Amino acid sequence: MEIKYQKTKGLTETPLSYCPGCTHGIIHKLVAESLEELGLLDEAIGVASVGCSVFSYQFFNCDMIQAPHGRACAEATGLKRVLPQNTVFTYQGDGDLASIGIAETIHAANRGENITVIFINNAIYGMTGGQMAPTTLPGQKTTTSPEGRNTLIQGYPIKISEIFSQIEGVAYLERVSATDPKQVLRAKKAIKKAFSYQKEKRGFTLIEVLSSCPVNWGMTPINALKWIKDTMTQIYPLGVFKDKGEDHV
Amino acid sequence: MAKTLMKGNEAIAVAAMMGGLDAYFGYPITPQNEVSEYLAKHLLPNGKVFLQAESEVAAINMVYGAAAAGKRVMTSSSSPGIALKQEGISYIAAAELPCVIVSVMRGGPGLGGIQPSQSDYYQATRGGGNGDYQVIVFAPETIQETIDTLKEAFDIADYYRNPVMVLVDGLIGQMMESVDLEKQSKKRFLPNKDWAVSGTKNHPGRNIVNSLFLDPQQLENHNIHLQEKYQLIKKNETKTEVFGIDDADYVIVAYGTMARICRSAIEILEEKGIHVGMIRPISLWPYPKAIFTEINPYCKGILCTEMSMGQMLDDVLIANNGRLPVGFYGRTGGMVPDPEEVVEAILNFSNRVVR
Repeated sequence: MEIKYQKTKGLTETPLSYCPGCTHGIIHKLVAESLEELGLLDEAIGVASVGCSVFSYQFFNCDMIQAPHGRACAEATGLKRVLPQNTVFTYQGDGDLASIGIAETIHAANRGENITVIFINNAIYGMTGGQMAPTTLPGQKTTTSPEGRNTLIQGYPIKISEIFSQIEGVAYLERVSATDPKQVLRAKKAIKKAFSYQKEKRGFTLIEVLSSCPVNWGMTPINALKWIKDTMTQIYPLGVFKDKGEDHV
Repeated sequence: MAKTLMKGNEAIAVAAMMGGLDAYFGYPITPQNEVSEYLAKHLLPNGKVFLQAESEVAAINMVYGAAAAGKRVMTSSSSPGIALKQEGISYIAAAELPCVIVSVMRGGPGLGGIQPSQSDYYQATRGGGNGDYQVIVFAPETIQETIDTLKEAFDIADYYRNPVMVLVDGLIGQMMESVDLEKQSKKRFLPNKDWAVSGTKNHPGRNIVNSLFLDPQQLENHNIHLQEKYQLIKKNETKTEVFGIDDADYVIVAYGTMARICRSAIEILEEKGIHVGMIRPISLWPYPKAIFTEINPYCKGILCTEMSMGQMLDDVLIANNGRLPVGFYGRTGGMVPDPEEVVEAILNFSNRVVR
């Protein structure tokens, strides 16, 4: 019988550690499938970050290193500079990338480091139990903004894709989500494109994925996906923010 | 062998390249900028990696990344910069990655000053990163010794899979001396870096570089493994220069620049009929504790001298273990003592006794 679908070789047999209803698992699958389909799995080196995805080094079926909080893009820079032929990617959450690690990320982007960053934005610190993230929406309740994020006190959600679209070294930048099959297919296309660009040495690529956190948002998985579609995308619109395209080979 | 006149910081860069440096990551800070300036000029044309990082923090994490790939990697900085690198150093030690860190000390605390100092002995030997980890620390006294130490540092780092720090002060970094670059270092058998990440097509199975062990038993086991390695390093890599301690009236303990000053002081004291021996630790971690028991029992005291308010003094007190009187003389903030000050401290040793 012809096999129509099977589990990607890009993921190990280790059971994922994510909560029910969280879309980290889907995004892991998309990254792993992309690497496998592009034939990059055996040359890929991933950089796991600190946060819910801290164990991603157990899940991606390729060489992995585990970085200190926020520093994944510095580790990836060091790796890529000495191993320019390998595919190097980071997998980072919003606390890791947009808060404690924004300097490392923005400078890696500005240098046009030929790496791919998978940025998971779920508007909250998941691993530590639901604290306010730099990406938390105005009015959104978290354990450290119990009355809801007050922009007068806690400032505004930081828009990574919008900011990074202004940076010369960025070759490809898209914000996607994984809320329904259509969006999942779009997200995969974006991730694949980012890895292809890296292979073609076009520069820094970043895919921001809006992801759900039903447990810390206090929602059912279905309502969490609905909240991404109806509310999160109002602040974080989906789409391609930068594509250097063919003109930058 | 032909001798060359060379500035300390430049010699560090040259020696690192001779030691097989593949990649350097650093951030500008005085008084060590000549290290990165030399490497900026010479690494790239030789097909190696030079990158000025956006911060000290990023630089040490780039070191982590490149070291994970099995390359010979170095960063250099000075006191406040090394402070910023401490997190990364803990991770590198925990993940058992080899790398070389050059620290050219200046006066502290805080922004302090830019003149030579030895007030980062604690920072180097105790570290500020989290957890039970150790960095191997060598403190050379001359530019020649700095070159020899640096060349060997890469081998030692690779052999033990541990960060090695070469600790000098701004004076050694900035002065010039005649050196022999060709002096051969000890040959070591180095195991293959079969742990390095390079893509699964290049080695069997998956390689993972990691310092996370959520299971307490696994983490304790990892710590026990590290301690066993540290014991081996203590046994094999403790390095010290000693003279005159078997019949000395006094013994001076000093490292790096301070040891140079004390040599002159010892000559002056000899002319005055006072025989002073010296213990010069070359490895600050592991510290040459055992040699202290060989100081003759009639010695009137041990004077620890540092360009700090007394940091190595702790190790001297531990090594002496209450056996002989211990005194301290130090200057700090970038003040470099004259030999006469050390002579004075020996002549008035009783005023210097701390324990």
